[in-house]
Formats: sequence, structure tokens, C-alpha cells
Amino acid sequence: MCRTCGCSDGNMVTVGDADGDHTHILPDGTVIEHQGHSHDHGHSHDHGHSHDHGHSHDEGHSHDHGHSHEGGPSKVEILEAKVMEKNDRLAERNRGWFAGREVFALNIMSSPGSGKTTLLERTLRELDETSSVVEGDQETARDAERLRATGVPVVQVNTGTGCHLEADMVWMGLQTLRPELGSVVFIENVGNLVCPALFDLGEHKRVVLFSITEGEDKPLKYPHMFKAADLVLITKMDLLPHLDFDMEEARQAVATIAPDAQIMEVSTKSGAGMKGWYDWIRDAKRAAT
Amino acid sequence: MHELSITRNIVATVVEHARGRKVDGVTLKVGDLAGIELQALRFCFDICAEGTCLEGAELHIEQIPGRGRCLECDERVPLEQPIAICPCDKRARMIIEAGEELLIHSMEVH
Repeated sequence: MCRTCGCSDGNMVTVGDADGDHTHILPDGTVIEHQGHSHDHGHSHDHGHSHDHGHSHDEGHSHDHGHSHEGGPSKVEILEAKVMEKNDRLAERNRGWFAGREVFALNIMSSPGSGKTTLLERTLRELDETSSVVEGDQETARDAERLRATGVPVVQVNTGTGCHLEADMVWMGLQTLRPELGSVVFIENVGNLVCPALFDLGEHKRVVLFSITEGEDKPLKYPHMFKAADLVLITKMDLLPHLDFDMEEARQAVATIAPDAQIMEVSTKSGAGMKGWYDWIRDAKRAAT
Repeated sequence: MHELSITRNIVATVVEHARGRKVDGVTLKVGDLAGIELQALRFCFDICAEGTCLEGAELHIEQIPGRGRCLECDERVPLEQPIAICPCDKRARMIIEAGEELLIHSMEVH
């Protein structure tokens, strides 16, 4: 259920900003926009549900590969179509959008509880770059609220039953967020080490967090997530004295799956290693934009 | 479970190509390293196909085994996981040659 207007549809995606204006995207691509601003507590906002959830999907249905010989009995038509083509195409659109605005985009991924939001809280306060955030969560705006408290613009994308962000959701988020020219956009993906790996969002770099409470073999267990990582941040380093975590084994595990990925050790709590992370962001941004 | 949204993509793509014709079968090529749970995909297929021209269509899945090639010794290695380092002793770089496919190969229409 949408927590802003009460609309219920388990499958929809919701994009919202701090004012309560928000948009739903239904599974068939239908977009519904709601104004959240006029809450005068007299309940004069009629969200009356007069939107017809019709079939107005007007994008992405245009490519025909022309293999259809009409008529005749049952026959096989070869398509050889990429399943991810639609998402990949929309990710390309995001990439173009970023390029046109010289915006540098990072896709931040990890399992739930690895410290993505905490890392961003500190980063947004300390990084000397104009930043904004697309915050993906299945439900609630809790993380978005935490990040808004840093004073940085945040747009919340609730994926409903979806366990990952897709390129079109990020696109919708960006339309609300309108990041500044030459700024950094952090896309905090849904906490999940499986599903987000398959969906290109049009980002410049992928950052995967791996906390030392998770076990050294995490990259081997979830290779799809780690293989596409540009940077692996080993987090919660302040807990190291309390754990039997074998750092060398963890680094080997990352290198087996993603030999080109950089690895950094950080503690958001103590601040150790954070400077290296900020330098990495600035260097990667300079190289990309 | 990303298989649900992947299956939606599959159904949408086939519906588009079918242009109103009834689809009796769909054949996918799915690599063992594509990160797809086939059982989940099959489960989602019937649900997503409901109410479309794919309703009742049979889903065929051609599995493609993973294969890597060691850049050091040029040897082909069967892979069960998408690892980038050759399991041979030298820890040499390896490229994945097969197993990452995720394609709608064909559809049966009439």
C-alpha cells in the first residue's frame, strides 16, 4: 500500500519527494501522479481513485524484428531477443541523461544491514560535492528521512513487491529529483545481494558493500553481485577486534569473482578509510564526466 | 525474486512480437551463469501469461552450461559459478565464454 495516499496495489512502484507529491508506476507501465502538497488536514484532498489503470503503455513497444510471416498453421518464429533489452534500453536513456548534465551516478548495493544508509549519511555530510540520492526500498520512507536530515535532496522509490531497482524507476526518480548540473547522484538500491545485480540502471560505477559481520565467503556465495562491482567497500571495520574475520580470505574471495574491482576497508563509525572512499568518488567522477 | 520481473519482460516481448496471434510455445535460452532460478521462472511464467495471447503456452528452456577460457593456458573450463580466475593452480584470469545467456530464442504461433 502506498503510505502517502493509501492507494493499494502490491505490485506498483512509488516515487515520492519530501512534499508528498508522488507517482505510482503499475506493472504494465501505467503512470499515476498524485499531488501530496495540499494537506490542510481538513481532508479536502480527494485522491478519489478516478485514474483508470488502463493500458497506456506507450513506450518500449516499438521494435519489431519483422519476422512475422502472417497466417498459416502453428510455426516457429526465431526471435533471439534479449530478455533484458527493455531495461537495458532504459538504462541507456539514463546514461544519456546523466551525460547531458555531467552528473556522476553511483549504484550502491549490498545485502540488507550492511550499512548502505549509514555510509551515505556520513558521506553526504562530509563529501565536498553537490549530491542527491535516489533511495530504493520495498516499503517505508525511513531511510529517505534519515538521508534528508543531512540536508541533501532525496527521492524515495518504493518498489512494492519488487526486490530491486530497475532503470525506469530510476528515471522516474530523476524526474522528481532533478539533480544539479555536475553533481553526484547516489542510487541506494534495495538491500538484496541477488536481484539488483541483473539490472543496469545507467550508473557510471557499481559499489558493493560487504560488512565484516557477513563472513569472508560472501562474494563466492553471491558472485553475480560482486562480479560487476567496480568498488567493494568492506564495512564495519571498527568491529574487527571482536570478530574472527580473515581479511586476506575476504580479499581473495572478491578477487576470484571480480579481479578488477578495487577493495577498500572503511568504518562509518570511526571514520577510518572514509577519506579513501571520498577520493575514489572524486577520481571516478573526474574520469567519467 | 527478480524472476517475476524477468518473466514479465519475457511475456511482454513475446506479446509484442506475436501481434495478437495465439502463442503455443516459447523457447528460452538460459545460461547456467545467468543468475536465474529456472523453477521460479517456470512458476512465474504461467502467472504472467494469464490473460495474454501466451495463456496456456508451453515454456521450453534450453539450458546452456557455463564455460570459461583461461587466458594463460587457453584451456576451456566448465563453470558452475561465474568466477573470473582459473581454478588451475596459477590463478590466471579467465573469460566467461558461455553460460550468461538470457534470450527468448523463439515462439510458436498460429
